[in-house]
Amino acid sequence: MFRVARLIAAKDLRIEFRSRVVTNQVLPFAMIVMVMFAFALNTQEVVERVAPGLVWLATLFSLLILVQRAFAIETADGATEAMRAAGVDPAGIFLGKALALAAQLAVLEIVLLVLAVVLYSAKLHVGGVVLLVTTLLAATCGLALVGTLYGGLAAGVRGRETLLPLLLLPVVAPVLIGATRATEAALGTSGAVVSDGWPWLGLLGVFVALFSVGGTLAFGPLIEE
Amino acid sequence: MTDMQLTAGQPANANATAESFSKPTAKTSATGTPFTRILGIATVVSMALLVLFGLFLSPEDVVQGESVRILYIHVGTVWVAYVAFGVTALSSLAFLWKRTTSLTWDRIAGASAEVGVLFMALTLFAGAIWGRLAWGKFWVWDARVTTTAFLFITYIGYLAVRGLGGSHQQRGRRSAVVALLAVLEIPLVHFSVKLWRGLHQDSSVADTTKVKLHDLMLFSLFISLIAFTLLFVWLVMHRQRVLAMQDALEDKGLDYALEQRRSEGGL
Repeated sequence: MFRVARLIAAKDLRIEFRSRVVTNQVLPFAMIVMVMFAFALNTQEVVERVAPGLVWLATLFSLLILVQRAFAIETADGATEAMRAAGVDPAGIFLGKALALAAQLAVLEIVLLVLAVVLYSAKLHVGGVVLLVTTLLAATCGLALVGTLYGGLAAGVRGRETLLPLLLLPVVAPVLIGATRATEAALGTSGAVVSDGWPWLGLLGVFVALFSVGGTLAFGPLIEE
Repeated sequence: MTDMQLTAGQPANANATAESFSKPTAKTSATGTPFTRILGIATVVSMALLVLFGLFLSPEDVVQGESVRILYIHVGTVWVAYVAFGVTALSSLAFLWKRTTSLTWDRIAGASAEVGVLFMALTLFAGAIWGRLAWGKFWVWDARVTTTAFLFITYIGYLAVRGLGGSHQQRGRRSAVVALLAVLEIPLVHFSVKLWRGLHQDSSVADTTKVKLHDLMLFSLFISLIAFTLLFVWLVMHRQRVLAMQDALEDKGLDYALEQRRSEGGL
């Protein structure tokens, strides 16, 4: 299972490394979303206060695109069917796709955080670094797991572009809430202190635990035709 | 299966009806059976009672005034919606479990989710109106209210998954997995919204549990629960049978097309 996962993840990242779709299309998209948020929210104080939430919202929007992309490369040549016919462990496919997605998300989140520092004057400080990094890790895992799960479901069916956001966004709501609050605590947004953030990290941990088990079990029946 | 062929009005238990409907040979023209007719009459009577008690016999509330009567719809529909989603989850489980698997479970899950979404829409609508009268706002970011909205959207998504196409078995497995994932998701959403409200500001919802209810109000609420539950069962049974007929029709269409191709080959 883990060997399959490693191979699938390496394959996805190699495809990304060669095609540069994420770096050339998804990252610029996330950046323009961050700029647009500032237009909509208008004033410097408001933007500063909501910066962590905007980072995670932009991440969610980009997640939708990343997931579409991750499964477009599978369905294009009927790769999923081929893997199934070859008897590849679905749990391995699931974890591998999730791993590759997590790697791409992590890069994206770091870029968005830097953007938040530059555009929204978010302040990183030493005391919050541990919380910030753990939050990034946990949220990335959670988003990658559910993204892969629902992406696999929507892959290869008509109307998947419209179906995926409808299915995925309600599910990732706890991640949005948890990660935003934890990031606020880590950055000290509007007087939040670092210790406020840990309960939220617990929420993210529960989310990751539940969906790593649930996803591994459910992915097989979902992609079986 | 000629012994199980049905025409409208013949007595049969619901399960046998549904099973025979899914056979392409079954001749059917209606979804009513004596049981559903009696159930339908009971539903109409209890609805009439609900109107009588809810609108006329029960007193107006000391604090809320006449607007309390909205709750006789709100409470009944939200109860049914939660029951409906529970039925969907259990039927999905029964479909996935190899020893009980049957497309009937899949159709019950689908029918129940459809009715659940309908009732949840009514709940949200009635709740928003009541909220405007009682709190001055259509919407408050209370954990229960927010979770209800998430349930609504989640099951709309579930119904969209059911409509994806493919074979009946494929639809059944896919939607059953999604229904079970929803069971995983909803408590998490509820918990996180609760945590969110809890740490940030007090819930702006008045604590209604401490309010003492007038006996007639309680009785009206009770009738509301019964009336809407009966309506739910009636709707799900009929809808389930319609779905079975749809499936049978699709199978029949496929058989017909195959026959056509074969006869072409024969010529």
